[in-house]
Amino acid sequence: MSDSQGPLWEVFVQKKAGQPFVHCGNLHAFDKEMALQNARDLYTRRGEGMSLWVVPSSAIVASSPEDMGSFFEPSNDKIFRHPTFYQIPDGVGHM
Amino acid sequence: MNLNDALFKYSIRLGDTSLILAQRLSEWTGHGPFLEEDLALTNITLDIFGRAKSLLEYAAKIEDKGRTEDDLAFLRTDREYFNALITEQPNGDYAKTIMRQAFIDCFDLLFYTALAKSKDETLAGIATKSIKEITYHKRHSFSWVMRFGNGTEESHTRLQQGFDEVWAFTEELFEMNEVDEVLLKEGIAVDLSALKPLWLKEITELLDKANVQIPEGVYMQKGSRKGIHSEHLGYILAEMQSLPRMHPNAKW
Repeated sequence: MSDSQGPLWEVFVQKKAGQPFVHCGNLHAFDKEMALQNARDLYTRRGEGMSLWVVPSSAIVASSPEDMGSFFEPSNDKIFRHPTFYQIPDGVGHM
Repeated sequence: MNLNDALFKYSIRLGDTSLILAQRLSEWTGHGPFLEEDLALTNITLDIFGRAKSLLEYAAKIEDKGRTEDDLAFLRTDREYFNALITEQPNGDYAKTIMRQAFIDCFDLLFYTALAKSKDETLAGIATKSIKEITYHKRHSFSWVMRFGNGTEESHTRLQQGFDEVWAFTEELFEMNEVDEVLLKEGIAVDLSALKPLWLKEITELLDKANVQIPEGVYMQKGSRKGIHSEHLGYILAEMQSLPRMHPNAKW
């Protein structure tokens, strides 16, 4: 998508080192540097993160709503795939 | 001039320069070229307002006459203001605003990096906090100068026009007077003459990359060190001061 505000970029913020980058929104920018600066100003002004990724929205390949059934439903009735049969030790942080 | 007077005038000069620049930049809030850029510049503006507040607060403390930073900001006339002339120049289009900002950011980063080593602890503290902010401001303005300079024919023309309108006010940033002399001896002030070649080198490189021509023989404007300003400052103060003057001691 492109208009007078430049193409769209997706923004991912990492809260702390070692944690995953989490998608937090998108923005307009005309180039990589501007996308990074805009992401900083829009999404990290209040200490939300330590690191940033910006990705052109056009580079994201997404599944479509029609795929929902064939993609995701088969896993629902196979409870042996869900690791719910043991306790996670307290010492394990993020899983 | 005794040390206290000099320190008061120095803090006022720095505080006013930040305050008037921030007031000017704040005119863009809600009028930026697009949402993200509107936020970016407003964010920068807030950093500069913050610096102005710290500096004027310190000036008020040194003066010790019961005035607050708000009194200094809202109850002085244009002849009592000592902001650099470049800060009061009209914003023009976005290219001109960015060009002015690049000149100032480049100067400020050199200046506050040097001021962080000042023997005055308060000024050194304010400077240290400012360095990170200004590093980002400069990255923002410099990248826009490159973008305008190497963008379309129109963006380049506008950048060159913005440059032509602002360049004459850059020399004054390095002007020193008795205030600087007194404070330099004490290791408090920054030697501006030492900053000039560094500033000129960086700016020349930037302008070169952005294909902006520096004309020769431009008459350089001065006056703010004596409180003499262009016609623009009066309008800025009128707008900025009207509310506190009409409603003294109004509270939010």
